Amino acid sequence: MHRVFNDLGLAVLVVVAMAVAPSIYSNQLLLFNFVMFLSLAQGLNVIYGFTGYLPFGYVGFFGAGAYGFALAVMHLGFGPPGAMAVGAAAAVVLALILTPLFRLSGAYFAIANLAAAQAVYEVVANPALEDVTKGPYGVSLSGVFAPNASYAAAVAILAFTLLLVVWLRNSQFGLSLRAIKEDPISAAMAGVSVVRGRTIAWLLSALIAGLVGGSFAWEVSVFYPETAFSPQFSIFAVVFALFGGTATLTGPLLGVFILYGVYNWIGISVPQYFQLIYGTLIVALVLFLPNGLVSLLTRRGIRVP
Amino acid sequence: MSPDAKLLHVEKLEKRFGGFRALDGVSFDLLPGEVLGLVGPNGSGKTTCINVISGLYGGDGGQVVFEGARIDGTAMHKLARLGINRTFQSPKPFLSLTVRENVEISARYGHAGGAAIDLDGLLASLELDAHAHRAAEDLNSAQQKTLDLARALATAPRLLLVDELAAGLNPAELDRMAIRLRTLADRGMAMLVVEHLMGFIDKVTDRVVVLNAGREIFGGTLAQATQDPDVIRVFLGGSHGG
Repeated sequence: MHRVFNDLGLAVLVVVAMAVAPSIYSNQLLLFNFVMFLSLAQGLNVIYGFTGYLPFGYVGFFGAGAYGFALAVMHLGFGPPGAMAVGAAAAVVLALILTPLFRLSGAYFAIANLAAAQAVYEVVANPALEDVTKGPYGVSLSGVFAPNASYAAAVAILAFTLLLVVWLRNSQFGLSLRAIKEDPISAAMAGVSVVRGRTIAWLLSALIAGLVGGSFAWEVSVFYPETAFSPQFSIFAVVFALFGGTATLTGPLLGVFILYGVYNWIGISVPQYFQLIYGTLIVALVLFLPNGLVSLLTRRGIRVP
Repeated sequence: MSPDAKLLHVEKLEKRFGGFRALDGVSFDLLPGEVLGLVGPNGSGKTTCINVISGLYGGDGGQVVFEGARIDGTAMHKLARLGINRTFQSPKPFLSLTVRENVEISARYGHAGGAAIDLDGLLASLELDAHAHRAAEDLNSAQQKTLDLARALATAPRLLLVDELAAGLNPAELDRMAIRLRTLADRGMAMLVVEHLMGFIDKVTDRVVVLNAGREIFGGTLAQATQDPDVIRVFLGGSHGG
């Protein structure tokens, strides 16, 4: 049982730290970005860490969440909580539509998912849909702008996401997902429904990205399709999760704190060296620690939360 | 024998890979608690037969009836819950999971009904108890094969398909494995055993079906099979003159 408590302890620590951070550090937008990437990296962890499918178009769910939020506010007159639910639902529906991608594996899945996210972007940014999505001209939701509330919502989403990962790491269902990742045929013969397990992980992962996208739309309140569907969200989520180490709670958290911290620190202090330092760091990690930072401990048999 | 008494009824089962007929109308029956050996030269369709019955491959013709209901086309995880399980020629345990977690999953998700399985007792009976908390990747290949069997047994199957479990075991391990399977059969578990080692087949099975080129050419005891001219021709070649 102490395993669950270690995991929960870490989750609570991170959530509390991010909840009180704005009262210590005044750059709330930067803190929001940290919270957002903590959730996104863990959301990616749910699908990649537990099933081995790498969604390179993960931003599609984020963008669906952001635009779901925006459309609900603009056309339905929803308040932020309702609009957030619409954004989450949009991401889950998109994930349901994309379930046939599971027939592909490895790089083919990653590429098809990338193309799917791009397709959603093209639809949203289409000038012919200006009446619905405002097309390429972007949306303005200044009526609901409330940075303190949207920050609180992002922290709540982070708490939900971390609890979900703790559950996956300690439940029979999470164990069955790891079995599917190891060997889908043996898992099926052990009575595990492979399709059902993968689909649930996929929908949960999309749900997280959709919620985060909704909170992003609320936080920034003015954005363009290329902001909400920026490939940078997918890349950052993938790199942060892999850097720290997937299928753990600690790994993606470490990845975000270190890499996104370094990203902001170098970007401000020595921007001319930013790409060099960042690139070297990632190349070194891929070469020497392909299973992420936490593998320094896990390969010595130490269990990391 | 009434048809209801059969546990498994395989009728005119066909499986093609492109133009190759791996199974070309195989038929046989299995009674509850009976151990049937499937023997035959390489490529005669033994493993394909197990793969079709266990749902890994869809069949191209014929039918498989288990406890009176057709099961061909049923998903593997549903077959596991119905009481059919199998081992694999090359063991496929969940490598990063512990031995205990490996069997916990199948007991939790694949249990075919009846009394709950005593997993610690199961691991002890298979001499895996000392390794229960080690990762499956740390086991040697004989232990991984045994774990594969444990994963299947944790679902309490009524029909166990055993695909070359003995290959790669040393003589002492082979004897112990034969005794284990025989004990399971004596408690009422029916088995279909694919094996090249005739000594093992002799110890474990009640009856054999000899396959050649995707058809059964003989059914009876192993002793009778060794006297059968067709079987001798298939195994030794016609030109040897029997």
